[in-house]
Amino acid sequence: MKYAYFPGCSLKGTGRAYEESFLAVCGALGMEVEEIPDWNCCGATAYMSVDETQALALAARNLALAERLQAGAVVAPCSGCYLELMKSKKLIEEYDDTGRHIRRAIQAGGLTYFGKIAIRHPLDVFVNDVGLEAIRSKVRQPLTGLHVAPYYGCQVVRPFATFDDQRRPTSMDRLLEAAGAAPVDFPLRTRCCGGSLTGTVTEVGLRLTYILLREATRRGADVIAACCPLCQFNLDSYQREIKRRHGGDAEIPVVYFTQLLGLALGAPADRLGLRRNISSVRPLLAAWA
Amino acid sequence: MEIIPQRMRYDSQRDPRFAQDLMGSSRCKTLTQCIQCGTCSGLCPLSAYMDLTPRRVINLARAGFKNDALSCNTIWLCASCYACAVECPKKVSITDIMYSLKRLAIREGLYPKGSPIPVLAREFSRMVRSRGRATESRLVLNLYLKTNLLKLLGMWRMGLKLITRGRFSFRAERIERVNELRTVLATATAEAGEGPVP
Amino acid sequence: MGLAKGSPRTGFYICHCGTNIADTVDVDAVRRHAEELPGVVVSCDYKYMCSDPGQELIIQDIKEHRLERVVVAACSPLLHEATFRGAVERGGLNPFLFHMVNIREQDAWVHEDRAQATRKARDLIRAAIRRVAYHRPLERMRVGVNPNTLIIGGGIAGINAALNLSMAGKRVYLVEREPTIGGHMAKYDKTFPTLDCAACILTPKMSAVRDSRNIVLWTYSEVEKIDGYIGNFRVQVRRKPRYVDEETCVGCMQCVDACIYKDARFPSEFELGLKKRKPVYMPFPQAVPPVVAIDPKTCLHFKTGKCKEPCKEACARDSIRFDQREVVEEIEVGQIIVATGFQTFDPARLPQYGYGEFPNVYTSLEIERLVNASGPTGGQVLLRNGQVPQSVGILHCVGSRDENTNRWCSTVCCMTALKLAHLVKEHTGATVYSFYIDMRCTGKGYEEFYDRMMREGVQFVRGRVGEVRDWEMAPEEEGKLVLRVEDTLAGFVRRIPVDLVILAVGMEPRADAEAVQRMLHISRSNDGFFLERHPKLAPVETTTDGVYLAGCCQGPKDIPSAVAQGSAAAAHVLAMISKGHIELEPNTVAVLDDCSGCKTCIPLCPYHALTLNEESKKAQVNLALCKGCGTCAAACPSGSITQNLFEDEQIDAEIEETLAHV
Repeated sequence: MKYAYFPGCSLKGTGRAYEESFLAVCGALGMEVEEIPDWNCCGATAYMSVDETQALALAARNLALAERLQAGAVVAPCSGCYLELMKSKKLIEEYDDTGRHIRRAIQAGGLTYFGKIAIRHPLDVFVNDVGLEAIRSKVRQPLTGLHVAPYYGCQVVRPFATFDDQRRPTSMDRLLEAAGAAPVDFPLRTRCCGGSLTGTVTEVGLRLTYILLREATRRGADVIAACCPLCQFNLDSYQREIKRRHGGDAEIPVVYFTQLLGLALGAPADRLGLRRNISSVRPLLAAWA
Repeated sequence: MEIIPQRMRYDSQRDPRFAQDLMGSSRCKTLTQCIQCGTCSGLCPLSAYMDLTPRRVINLARAGFKNDALSCNTIWLCASCYACAVECPKKVSITDIMYSLKRLAIREGLYPKGSPIPVLAREFSRMVRSRGRATESRLVLNLYLKTNLLKLLGMWRMGLKLITRGRFSFRAERIERVNELRTVLATATAEAGEGPVP
Repeated sequence: MGLAKGSPRTGFYICHCGTNIADTVDVDAVRRHAEELPGVVVSCDYKYMCSDPGQELIIQDIKEHRLERVVVAACSPLLHEATFRGAVERGGLNPFLFHMVNIREQDAWVHEDRAQATRKARDLIRAAIRRVAYHRPLERMRVGVNPNTLIIGGGIAGINAALNLSMAGKRVYLVEREPTIGGHMAKYDKTFPTLDCAACILTPKMSAVRDSRNIVLWTYSEVEKIDGYIGNFRVQVRRKPRYVDEETCVGCMQCVDACIYKDARFPSEFELGLKKRKPVYMPFPQAVPPVVAIDPKTCLHFKTGKCKEPCKEACARDSIRFDQREVVEEIEVGQIIVATGFQTFDPARLPQYGYGEFPNVYTSLEIERLVNASGPTGGQVLLRNGQVPQSVGILHCVGSRDENTNRWCSTVCCMTALKLAHLVKEHTGATVYSFYIDMRCTGKGYEEFYDRMMREGVQFVRGRVGEVRDWEMAPEEEGKLVLRVEDTLAGFVRRIPVDLVILAVGMEPRADAEAVQRMLHISRSNDGFFLERHPKLAPVETTTDGVYLAGCCQGPKDIPSAVAQGSAAAAHVLAMISKGHIELEPNTVAVLDDCSGCKTCIPLCPYHALTLNEESKKAQVNLALCKGCGTCAAACPSGSITQNLFEDEQIDAEIEETLAHV
């Protein structure tokens, strides 16, 4: 099955390592992935806060472009994009008026929106399409003894939980286990990282991020694995600032779960974007790369 | 002499249609069902910083105290994590109501003027509307230029790290068929019979 | 279509119903219209036909004018058909030579135009007068009532119903699934609001059950099958082997002491797993019957066959019976009281409260056992590490008032939570926080109990707790469970560290409620509890005659309400037994000889009244079960089923005349 890949703005910017590692893992697993040509921004929470109709139109254009690719599903690694596309699709489906407006708008742009294509997250695709057994069999370098705090963030399971338990998701845990790592019991796995608040009201955002980092270290994690570029950015980039404000009990490497999977599948570190991390991944590289 | 403001509200300060309008624009039919239990506030990671707890915003909105509901910082601190909506015992989609209140606050010019959050939302949507994609580096730059120049200076170390790691490119992202997208967006607005966002 | 022999002498009466009918229908015009119709010898209007003088009119006219048929145009037959049939009967006429027309609900109340409403009334009464000519005299069938009663469930509601019936000298079969009766109440420590000890008031009733010669008590037993109808039910009860002879065992516990397992090591069901028991055990000291049971899942004899069986040796009365087999008892009863109770909500369904995740998060029912002097800790409320809690949080509405779990208010948890606040404070001296949404203390003496708890210094916080977590953000939270909650009256969010969390869990229908519902052919409301016949005026009866509800199987309720409902059910049973028979309405169906035996009707009957006669290969109807709904008569492909009061010529006449002037 071919997947229509929707990178979203972050995976071309601060989240480049997510794109690199995601594509490397897809390659190692033999998945066919094609980037949606001329995709536009999903709209994100910001656009939805300003203009809902246009936010839906933004999402619908992407889905219309994806439907042209004859792919089985859209795969959106960014949780924000994943939710925004899925939510838009649902609203267009659920409300006839809105659906009509959006379809006409897409038509005006010379495209057709059918609303048939599914939107999936890599966690879902890896666990349910590729399968844990297949992944386990392709692991060349098991991450034995690596204690990982799996951090799901909010939007992959809320408000829609399509592929995992809403309150206690485990798909990343299972993937990491398949990669030979040892997931720790991370109780804050779905607690919000603060999203874009770290950029706007920094003291508030950093407090939220600090809580997550500290709890992960207290649970004995060597590393936090994220599945959203904004979560990873917040947890990864502000640790110096956090140390200054809240103390040094929250220093821990933060990577994408695809970077860990990539390592286990034998992809070289430079293809996984590991040099882009700001929190120190040196111990990780020393042991497994 | 210090003026003590009157806290009492007259019924004429209430917009009795507000709750109905809000239920329409937020697509949340259950606003009327709120039992004011506070589960939303109890779960909200940001409630610690809000001037009104989410529960109070819901109550004010339902009662029709539109100005209070639109001018609080609560709606802007909502990070859309949906924890409240998922656990609400009466299935009030609080997050969607917050979105709706944000949109109304912008339309009515009632958002807190000094807050960078609505500024970011507007800068972001402007950038996406004109180029099709957001460039994070430029977004952040615009934001700080508009709100807090000093903060930008304070962030130089992190910015440098991001640049050297290739995560912060100043090349403006742009889709190929920008005109097509603009047509789509303009048509959507026209089809829905909405006015342009101020 | 005309009548074979001239129209029968008919009396017509139209009711004003005060102004209810007369305001919209020109009563006098209708009366005059009726006067002209064939066969009508009396046509009369009256302010209130249902009143005594109104009825007297009918009685007198039947005698004076030798009436052969009576038609009354008034309200719904649901309200007064029985009244007028009674009057007709007292006048000396067969009560089924009567027909009632509803010109209130179906005419006056639903129309505004007086002329049109009057025309409609005219059409309707003309149809009724035509139809009633075809009525035949019918007799009500009488069926005897078996004076024995089955009670399913030995909680306080079932116990109370059984004792009431036993007091009247009636035989009761009390069937209980567990090895002892007592139900949930036996697990409670104190009862609100009086704080009297639950065991002290319950166990005398349990003993009374045991001592009653009228009550056949079958514990460790389940009702498997029920056939028949009111007055005459046939019931199968499966009695599970407890591997102990109930007749001879006196509960001396010698066998328990002698058991090959020196230590109790299996979770006790009665103590909710908070205490261990041996494979041979007594659920609790005051169990009724006071007889031990052997659990084959844990007993070495059953597991390996290699036990030395010291229990057998220790028993002086030779009561241990490893060869005991399951027995199916067949009994006949006239009526059934369903008192199957409830189950408590499983808070694992709300993972944000940490039940099962954090050892010091308990349900309210578990705390009942911990504060109980004969409970697992001898009445001490302790943390799992054996320490006394310094601070305790009690959460209301866990699994109640919640669209994600159970929508209803469980009605008793507020009071349970208040009671536990008192008991925990008394036992530990801890600071107790009570987190409520709305304090619902609506019974006698309940509000006063709330007052008392405020005086006792319970910290009330109005807010539903968002989450119970174990990660601290402040020094005072170290090693504690932290409740994050909005203090809604203060308007801000608080983090409250406590040692012990109590979840006041709601009540829900038992997991097997659907199976019980099917077995008894009763209904359930949307919430899954059994449905009473009428929410106000028949709260104990069900839609199946002879089956009554008592206690929490019908909906959450406190002990006094469950007791009252048990007594009410017993009163219904006794009324029927006193009467000795039931009278069945004759609007039943009959299967004609040309039935082809196609069996179309059989699965359609909602009352299971139709079966196939194996000899004649034709459908046959059990008149005691038939409710006269007419489903079978309408569905029969060969028209071989007729129904009294709805015979073809009656219906045809009615339709024809209704439409005559259209």
